[in-house]
Amino acid sequence: MKELSLNILDIAQNSVKAKAENILIKIVEAQDTMTLTITDDGCGMTEETVKNVMNPFFTTRTTRNVGMGVPLLKLAAEQTGGGIEIQSVSENDDPVHHGTTVTARFNKNHLDFTPLGDIVSTVTALIQGAPNINWQFIHQKDSGSVELDTAEMRSILGDVPLDSYEVIKWIEDYLKEGYESIS
Amino acid sequence: MTVNELSSREEFSAVSMPEGEREISGVYIGDLLSWVMGRAKADNAWITIMSNINIAAVASLADTACIILAEGVTLEPEVAETAGAKGVNILSTEMPAYETAVLLSKLL
Repeated sequence: MKELSLNILDIAQNSVKAKAENILIKIVEAQDTMTLTITDDGCGMTEETVKNVMNPFFTTRTTRNVGMGVPLLKLAAEQTGGGIEIQSVSENDDPVHHGTTVTARFNKNHLDFTPLGDIVSTVTALIQGAPNINWQFIHQKDSGSVELDTAEMRSILGDVPLDSYEVIKWIEDYLKEGYESIS
Repeated sequence: MTVNELSSREEFSAVSMPEGEREISGVYIGDLLSWVMGRAKADNAWITIMSNINIAAVASLADTACIILAEGVTLEPEVAETAGAKGVNILSTEMPAYETAVLLSKLL
């Protein structure tokens, strides 16, 4: 994809489809590496499914026989000399502690590193699309970090829904200001 | 022109030809797979230098007539095998993408 934020959108939507209540998107940039972690407490996958999601011909969809989210993220990571790792516990195996963690590691200085792109729009779109999920977003850089936690926001906002225009606009501005302050 | 006819030319060699009788119509060139996925048209010959397994999936999704690997790019045997099993035709050529496209423009 042209921007890593689109890969993140794709992977996080898998977490939404897995009926997660809590989703953490964490980006850590330290020196030459960027590590992206997406953690959810959704229904998880069996060991066999974990192997299959790396295969671009695998799918849980019925409309087409190819699911490209993970294979494209894997490609984006590997073409910088990094890689991807998926850990998952299926709810059938553990009804309490289940979920999936996707970790992708990138070498930021590699010529084929895909820029992160418009991460603010991605995070905003994810929250707007699934406002009842507790979204936690953390982006750590050497210069500082940008963080957002919708569970925290919800406790302050009370009954105001997260996908109302004012709240979404506030989230967008808050993230933009956060990035300006560490740029 | 069919994929078999194209592959019989000296500039090309067959890598995977499960559906060689497919007719080629038009050409698409690109290496950014998510981009190609949304833009290559059915029955196109798709010229690329990418060689990982994802190209077979993208060709299958976009329903291209064949993939043409330019600049002498080679495939891992498993990729060629999977492409064959999934009905994806793949040719290779030593020519760069531009020259391949120029030739195709005369042939098609």
